[in-house]
Amino acid sequence: METKEAIKEKSMVIQKDMLAKLFHELSVTKETGKKVVYTFVPGNLTELILSFDMLPVYPEINALQSGMRKKSGSYIKEAEKIGFSEDVCTYVKCDIGMMLNGNIGPTGEKLPPPDLLLLSYTGCFTFMKWFENLERLYPGVPVAMLHTPYQEDGHITPDQVEYMVKQMKEDVIPKMEMVSGKKFDMERLSKMMLNSAKAEDLLVKILETAKHRPSPIDAYFAGVYYIGPIFTAFRGTEEAVEYYTELYDEVMERMKLGLGPVTPEGELKEEKFRLVVEGPPNWTNFREFWKIFYDAGAVIVASSYTKVGGVYDLGFRHDANEPLESLAKYCMGCYTNMNLPQRVNLLADYVKEYQADGFLINSIKSCNSFSAGQLMIMREIEQRMEVPVGFIESDLVDPRYFSYANIKNRLESYFQMLDQRKIIMAQEAEKII
Amino acid sequence: MKQFSELLASCNKTAFDLRFTKAKNWKLEQEDRVLLGFLPIYFPREIVHAVNGLAIGIMGAGDHKQIIKGDAYYQSYICHLPRGIIEMALDDSLEHFDGFVFPAICDCVRNLSGMFKLAQKGKFQRYFDYPQNFDSLIGGVFYRQELEKIIDDVYKVNGVMLTAENLNHSIRLYNKNRRLIEEIYDIRQQYPWRLSAVDTYLIVRAGLAMPVEEHNRILEEVVDIVCEERGEPMDNIRVVITGSFCEQPPLGLIKSIEMAGCYIVDDDFMQGSRWIQGDIDDTTTDPLAALTNAYLTQSTFASAVYDVGNPKGKRLVDLVKLRNADGVIFSAASFCDPALLDRPELQKHCDAAGIPHINFQYHENTGQFKVIKEQAGTFSDSIKLWA
Ligand code: SF4
Ligand code: SF4
Repeated sequence: METKEAIKEKSMVIQKDMLAKLFHELSVTKETGKKVVYTFVPGNLTELILSFDMLPVYPEINALQSGMRKKSGSYIKEAEKIGFSEDVCTYVKCDIGMMLNGNIGPTGEKLPPPDLLLLSYTGCFTFMKWFENLERLYPGVPVAMLHTPYQEDGHITPDQVEYMVKQMKEDVIPKMEMVSGKKFDMERLSKMMLNSAKAEDLLVKILETAKHRPSPIDAYFAGVYYIGPIFTAFRGTEEAVEYYTELYDEVMERMKLGLGPVTPEGELKEEKFRLVVEGPPNWTNFREFWKIFYDAGAVIVASSYTKVGGVYDLGFRHDANEPLESLAKYCMGCYTNMNLPQRVNLLADYVKEYQADGFLINSIKSCNSFSAGQLMIMREIEQRMEVPVGFIESDLVDPRYFSYANIKNRLESYFQMLDQRKIIMAQEAEKII
Repeated sequence: MKQFSELLASCNKTAFDLRFTKAKNWKLEQEDRVLLGFLPIYFPREIVHAVNGLAIGIMGAGDHKQIIKGDAYYQSYICHLPRGIIEMALDDSLEHFDGFVFPAICDCVRNLSGMFKLAQKGKFQRYFDYPQNFDSLIGGVFYRQELEKIIDDVYKVNGVMLTAENLNHSIRLYNKNRRLIEEIYDIRQQYPWRLSAVDTYLIVRAGLAMPVEEHNRILEEVVDIVCEERGEPMDNIRVVITGSFCEQPPLGLIKSIEMAGCYIVDDDFMQGSRWIQGDIDDTTTDPLAALTNAYLTQSTFASAVYDVGNPKGKRLVDLVKLRNADGVIFSAASFCDPALLDRPELQKHCDAAGIPHINFQYHENTGQFKVIKEQAGTFSDSIKLWA
């Protein structure tokens, strides 16, 4: 397919600059002496890392960027050559393949090796295996483990918070102090939390504009493309607040003008279907995948994937009055750390609150954390919400598992089904009148 | 040997009875008895035993059940174990169980706990989080709270209070169970021809489906039998199998490896029964602390436990040496992230220690073993050739 230059809003340009600056800073750490922490997106401790003036690196983001830059296929094969099975999570293999190939980041600059491996493993066991492997690729680098208890009972208990805070105090923070050579500064962390909460308020407001008809945003594709990413690496900073203020103004303006979401080929002219999507997107063919939706006028009004880094719409905010406790609650509150009944409830609420016409799952071969149980989630939503449900399969970064024709066929039949349902519902409404 | 073959047949029947008849009958004998089902790998059964309960291992349907409904709940790229378990949950196989425990081993089992919640199977469905912090004041406190939650779950069903005396008694029984199993493995290490790996498997697996008292009696009998010379030594190589701790390999696979000329001198098939290394203190006034301490300091190496600081590669090599094995067979369920993500590192350690290895992947209902048998045969021949 042709690769036209994507249409960009001001906020997208700002985001690009912010990320470029971060990757540049990462590429010159040898000169600046800044320390580098490798960690994960769900349950990230960004404010804590930044409060020590260290720089975060998120291996999943590197993997997804490798997918978008069409590099992941060869990286995955490299990892398979050294014994990783075809069956396991491709994010891990892509990341390991990238490291074996010189660890070149998304901007083409080399990423520095970690000074600390911060394993805050939230909502996914594979994270733990991933870091066991990284620890061996970087022998001698200290590892701080932050075990996040699962919300198995559907809520966060004070004991669980205490357990996490103790781990932070006894293991994570001392290791950060050792690596950074700086003393932990609770006041600084606390101040950052004020910024986090401001950005979180704005993020929620932005995501909730999708309740409006037509929705001014796509809460899945745009959600992962330019609405969400800044959150992870910059939460707690002034820049993040500024970015979200700008984005919020932009989105409000679109809403006032009755405009639809921005797509890579310009603005969506007609919103035909409103969907809730569960599961991560595919990165290797991101533009093609997105295009199937916007060509059909399908807008994603809410998605679960944009909640892996925090479910702020349920009310959680980082709290300057209890910084460590709120970091603990944040980790435990992330989407994949919620139990299945909670996930079903959240998705059902999205269908209702965002007035969705349908519910769609993109099931990812790599990701048991998302995929195991999704078929049951689908049945539950279908029964409870009585909306048409759709199911497609792909992978995050393994191009071997993205079958364009197959996915397009399935989605087109699904959209037809939604169309027919709309016609029938309109006829029935007419009869009543 | 008629008696022994009868004992084996009965273990076989119990181990693969997917209706758990023995356990259900046990429960029916007294009103306040509680039946709890737990998934692989490790669960401290003592805490249930001490409050008039029986914790039964649900190890999957294997090749003993046709999966019809279960497949509709799982995509093709998810391992087989949870399909069989959902199939059992959807028919009446698990209907006498009061509750279910899902130890923290992987995301499939974790999400399966949610599926049981959604389906409201049993009176309680508990995800049992292993702490990955091994400090007694941090991970220890957390682990104890996890134990207490389950004790409370059982209490809500039968109203039986936990006492130190009862828990010490239960620990004693399970200590004995673990000791006897290890004794069998130790004898087999020296005289592997006396008891095949398949028979060992059946005997140990049956223990997950019956009261510990009964299993201990069986194990004692087995120990007596294998202390005597029986069978004929063969010119086989000695292997350790690793990676099969959760979804179980079909019996045919274990048999094929043996028939290909391999004595399986250690394995992780029933890892949960052998998880705790050595005895747990059964004399304290706080036996929950003793159980907690055992998890923190006496756990075996496993894919479900974070191993930085105590690398499992080294521990596998040590096990190979201890068992005087010639090689390692990596045998894991397809799509099993925990086992398969550990494999490259374990292989690297084996390479560094000069230990030959091969690997297979299987489904619990794999029906064809020809290729595996050939591979194991070639492995065995090559070791003999180069020995
Ligand atoms: S299993 Fe899923 S959540 Fe876990 S590392 Fe892989 S892609 Fe991420
Ligand atoms: S076989 Fe592996 S992936 Fe499947 S449930 Fe067991 S541990 Fe999880």
